[in-house]
Amino acid sequence: MSATIETAKSARRSCRPDAIRLMLNNRLATAGLVILAFMTALALLAPLLPLAAPDATAPAQRLLRPFAEGHLLGTDALGRDILSRIVWGLRVSLAVGISATLIAAFFGSLIGLVAGYAGGRTDTLLMRGIDMLMAFPYILLALAIVAVLGPGLINALYAIAAVNIPFFARNIRGVTLGLARREFVDAARLSGKSHTRILTSEILPNVMPVIVVTMSTTVGWMILETAGLSFLGLGAQPPQADLGSMLGDGRRVLFNAPHVALMPGIAIFLLVMSINLLGDGIRDVLDPRLKSGALTRPVARTAIELPAGETHADPVPGAVLDVAGLKTQFQIGSKTLHAVGGVDLLLGETECLGLVGESGSGKSVTAMSIMGLVPTPPGRIAGGAIRLKGEDLLAASDARIRQLRGGAVSHVFQDPLSTLHPLFTVGDQIIEAIRAHQPVGHAQARERAKALLALVRIPNPEQRLDAWPHELSGGMRQRVCIAMALANDAELLIADEPTTALDVTVQAQILALMNKLRHEKQASILFITHDFGVVSALCDRVAVMYAGRIVETGTTEQVLESPAHPYTRKLIDCVPVLGEPERRLDAIEGLPPSVDDLPEGCAFAPRCPRVQPECRRGEIALDPLGDGRAARCLFPLVNDTERPATDA
Amino acid sequence: MPDATALIEIDAVERVFGGGRTLFGGHKPGVHAIQQVSLEVRPGETLGIVGESGCGKSTLARMLVGLDKPTGGAIRFKGENVADAARKDFGTLARRVQYVFQDPVSSLNPRKTIRAILEAPLVHLLGLGRSERRERLAELMDAVNLRPEFLERYPHEFSGGQAQRIGIARALAASPELIVLDEPVSALDVSVQAQVLNLLDDLKARFGLTYVFISHDLSVVESVSDRVAVMYFGRLAEIGPSKAIFADPRHHYTRLLLDSVPVPGRPVLAPEDGNAELPDPYDPPPGCAFAARCPAADDLCRSKRPSLEEGAVDKEHLAACFHPPLLTGEKRAG
Repeated sequence: MSATIETAKSARRSCRPDAIRLMLNNRLATAGLVILAFMTALALLAPLLPLAAPDATAPAQRLLRPFAEGHLLGTDALGRDILSRIVWGLRVSLAVGISATLIAAFFGSLIGLVAGYAGGRTDTLLMRGIDMLMAFPYILLALAIVAVLGPGLINALYAIAAVNIPFFARNIRGVTLGLARREFVDAARLSGKSHTRILTSEILPNVMPVIVVTMSTTVGWMILETAGLSFLGLGAQPPQADLGSMLGDGRRVLFNAPHVALMPGIAIFLLVMSINLLGDGIRDVLDPRLKSGALTRPVARTAIELPAGETHADPVPGAVLDVAGLKTQFQIGSKTLHAVGGVDLLLGETECLGLVGESGSGKSVTAMSIMGLVPTPPGRIAGGAIRLKGEDLLAASDARIRQLRGGAVSHVFQDPLSTLHPLFTVGDQIIEAIRAHQPVGHAQARERAKALLALVRIPNPEQRLDAWPHELSGGMRQRVCIAMALANDAELLIADEPTTALDVTVQAQILALMNKLRHEKQASILFITHDFGVVSALCDRVAVMYAGRIVETGTTEQVLESPAHPYTRKLIDCVPVLGEPERRLDAIEGLPPSVDDLPEGCAFAPRCPRVQPECRRGEIALDPLGDGRAARCLFPLVNDTERPATDA
Repeated sequence: MPDATALIEIDAVERVFGGGRTLFGGHKPGVHAIQQVSLEVRPGETLGIVGESGCGKSTLARMLVGLDKPTGGAIRFKGENVADAARKDFGTLARRVQYVFQDPVSSLNPRKTIRAILEAPLVHLLGLGRSERRERLAELMDAVNLRPEFLERYPHEFSGGQAQRIGIARALAASPELIVLDEPVSALDVSVQAQVLNLLDDLKARFGLTYVFISHDLSVVESVSDRVAVMYFGRLAEIGPSKAIFADPRHHYTRLLLDSVPVPGRPVLAPEDGNAELPDPYDPPPGCAFAARCPAADDLCRSKRPSLEEGAVDKEHLAACFHPPLLTGEKRAG
């Protein structure tokens, strides 16, 4: 799966609309941008606009209602034009908000960067200082700072900036901490860069989006805090117009002239709201976590869009799993990635089929398609049939699929640490798996969970039930995952590279265990791997995938001993084999084709040493070669005992 | 073991993580990642280091290039202490010893072009001028078989194999004598893995390099190494010429590793319920760390730690085992 996501990701990157277009797609953010642009323009153009002088008092005109002659928004208690004061006040609020943000961002980021990069004692000292700053309620701290420095707009600005430094420092430190341990920082060190240079030229560019996001979400607060201090009479001093102090003035006449307080209130609301909407939009565009698709919630089951009138051969009797012509696609922007382009698989009872291929070949997507686990969007099943013991899974209801998942069909994934929930004991997780499918009590389920742990040869199953996933080694965790997969007498086990993340001695144990269990529990296994050694340890038959299609199938022995497809041959020859160190590795030149732009004819033709002009034309079928073997090649290697010359 | 011909001498090196004292003087628990490791790297050879995760091989690799410091013992490059050299002037050391990382993509800064990445060592280590840099970059890209127009691109535009070639080009940039390769092909697809292994082989011959090749994949190590060191639980279990180790392992752990590798056409030999747990690193056993898993272990193994001479065949092939597997004198079948 990871491999496919990787391909999908890189594809997304290349055809991703640029950041600005992406943000404009967000309607709320666009609305925020428009309002903010309008208000900023007003504020900037204030001296040029035909407005009354903001500080000119006219006692005769006091407390005029809105829409009064010459005073669109009315006048305040001293007869000053409210519209003019709001426009001039906007200037102050924006200027103070933005400069306070810049100051806080600069010092906070500096502290965060240094603390996160240096670590150790420097980190402790700096962050404890920040903690002390955070221990006070922010308004109290701001009040204290203003009390020391004296009231005034500039002092309020300093106070607000100081109060917000911890917010930046902690955010940036967290990100820096993650980056400072990354390999590219070590690499820069080995390239001779000094610490200062690494901080400014390697880490800062990667932290910049976080700083911008944090800034965009804090400007609004800062404006509110400035208004708050001014409201208390500690910020802008009369007669200067400021939204906060206008609110404060309006408070005295709130009951006989509510508009005096209401108008600046609305202005503050609009300003802060527009900034926040825009800030959220910026965050969505720049935040790497949100960018990678956390905002698009995939639905519970892969979308199925079968073309009308498509027919498939009748289900093969006796087959546990029968996949015919399966097509799974990803829609990324304007591109369609044909991750799986017509795959046929047949899996008999207690049979183990190895699905072999490199990353991006579509082997994981094929496996995920069976139970509808491919995320939609962007994935969809666009053709074919999947039958489990004759039952059409593509036509089954969502409820039925949910019943089958973890029941008759279960998965074992590559990384057991990320498959197991870190906050529940392994016992709870196995019990949950049992009770989701079987009407048994907790005590009974626990007994069964214990038996399952014993089945996968975990020593002291009773005690291990109460162990947390992090307390177990990788091999033990994978055994727990296998136990969960077997909890409900699965008929089909889909194992997606279950041993790739394990050490070689542990891998051998897990393989031996799976081999034994499939006979004990009468389960069929679809085993996905890239390693022919692993295949030969466990699988009866092999299907080799390349660029979303099966290029060769046959029994493990046949395929390993005399591969028919040149790709299979090359794939076997390019791996060093233990005990044959002298062999020069026969590398496959070039790269696999990208699945959004497959060449006509054979997808392997551009890398194939035996390519003929015919290979680049038309559709090449998976031709049977007898003995249950088949290869998607016009010039298969069978009956051709001579190995390629490079191998001599 | 002082040896004038060695390029790098690792002398009884130890690395403890954690440990030390708390604020109130109590002892903090420490983990011995590396204990009493002594070996040498000879000029022009490829020394393979194998072991499973947690055996300390990456910690050793980082200490070789000065990214980490040993807490005991010393690593000497041509007689000069690496930790001192790294403290004094990291650049001088980095000109002679370089490193290739496991994950090619995360070892390249995503926000820098390949040109900026490859120019960094040329500017900061060699102090080359603009035109010399241009020449050297062209040479480097040619050496790793990448097209020169790739220089203007960003790391995410490359496949794993191409990114690893860039990582290799960066290591080559300062013309080092020794390159430490930390699992350089394990993140790559098998078809690309062979391309990179062949490239490394060619570069070694062309530039007269010495490699320390770290991997968990025994078949890869066997195909590239002249000598091999097997590590278990922070210590050397066995060291010797590659051929001798793979044909006639003298440590039961090496034997187990070899038997565990899935080889096409060979059934799995491992027991499915073997205890594969490593000993508790906070409370290491007094004897041989492998004793709990070892078929030949007896009371001696559990109480006393075997030295590397204990199971030695000759002074080249050493093994820390009291009861080493018997020599067959002939190549294993299979």
